Amino acid sequence: MSELFEDGNALAGPAGEIFAVDITSATTRCVSCGRADAVAALRVYRHAPGLVARCPGCDAVVLKLVRGRDAAWLDLTGTSSLRIPLPEG
Amino acid sequence: MVRGRLAWRVGRLAEVRDETPTARTLVLDVPGWPGHLAGQHVDLRLTAEDGYRTTRTYSLAAPADGDRIAITVQRVPGGEVSPYLTEVFAVGDPVELRGPVGGWFVWRPTAPDPVLLVAGGAGIVPLMAMIRARRAAGSRAPVKLLYSVRTPADVYYAGELRRPEPGLDVTVVYTRKAPADWPGEPHRIGIADVNTAGWPAEFAPQCFVCGPTGFVETMADVLVALGHDPRRVKTERFGPSGS
Repeated sequence: MSELFEDGNALAGPAGEIFAVDITSATTRCVSCGRADAVAALRVYRHAPGLVARCPGCDAVVLKLVRGRDAAWLDLTGTSSLRIPLPEG
Repeated sequence: MVRGRLAWRVGRLAEVRDETPTARTLVLDVPGWPGHLAGQHVDLRLTAEDGYRTTRTYSLAAPADGDRIAITVQRVPGGEVSPYLTEVFAVGDPVELRGPVGGWFVWRPTAPDPVLLVAGGAGIVPLMAMIRARRAAGSRAPVKLLYSVRTPADVYYAGELRRPEPGLDVTVVYTRKAPADWPGEPHRIGIADVNTAGWPAEFAPQCFVCGPTGFVETMADVLVALGHDPRRVKTERFGPSGS
């Protein structure tokens, strides 16, 4: 079973189409259990029509990303916050 | 790292090097490549004549050399992409790619801390990029590499890893068949190997673990059990996209 998922590093390319910063090094907080992890450490499942990222602590869905023909659809319902490292502004 | 949004560009195969009977390094010419950090990836996109498209992510195997980048592809029998890239894709052929991507599983040569690299099989690729980036930058960060392979024929970059390099310790563990002069019996990497070939936890090394999912989870658990701070243990699993 464990071979079915990838880690959050797999989100780097698809998310790079949307964001000008790398979100895999951002810290995400899970709505369900409150655990904070690097996006890169989430468990990413590809067999849905897109990418589904789950919390490594409680397995709740933290983020969903679907790339359609002319749009990307990003669902962050399971994420209470994203902390994104940025150089001094 | 702040950059523009990712766009696809076209690279061309410039050079190939066979690493093992089933793995091949592809050197690509990518005009306008913006540079990258060791540990970052590139997405490759292939389009069939009927319009079917598929994308795979590969770790960059070396620091950029101008507009040249390198990846190492393991041929997965029955795979959709890797047999094409390792057997058919020829020098001069174009491929669509985008990158670099990923900013978490990266090592910067300016970091002075000791580094432990733990590779399972093809998981050596991004870790080799770190070793090569260290050399290219003249970094003096001490690095230990613990590399698990099935047999001696499965060692990627074998000649380069055999050459002595100040501050780099390489330990190879064989799981199925070992060379005649190797002490011990073939075995899976365990806590004793990590304890012997790695750094004591109190040295607070940066740890990078890359390989198949089971390997990565076991190694991360071992490192944490040995007292390493989980926040300093970065992992990268191979997923089904590597085919």
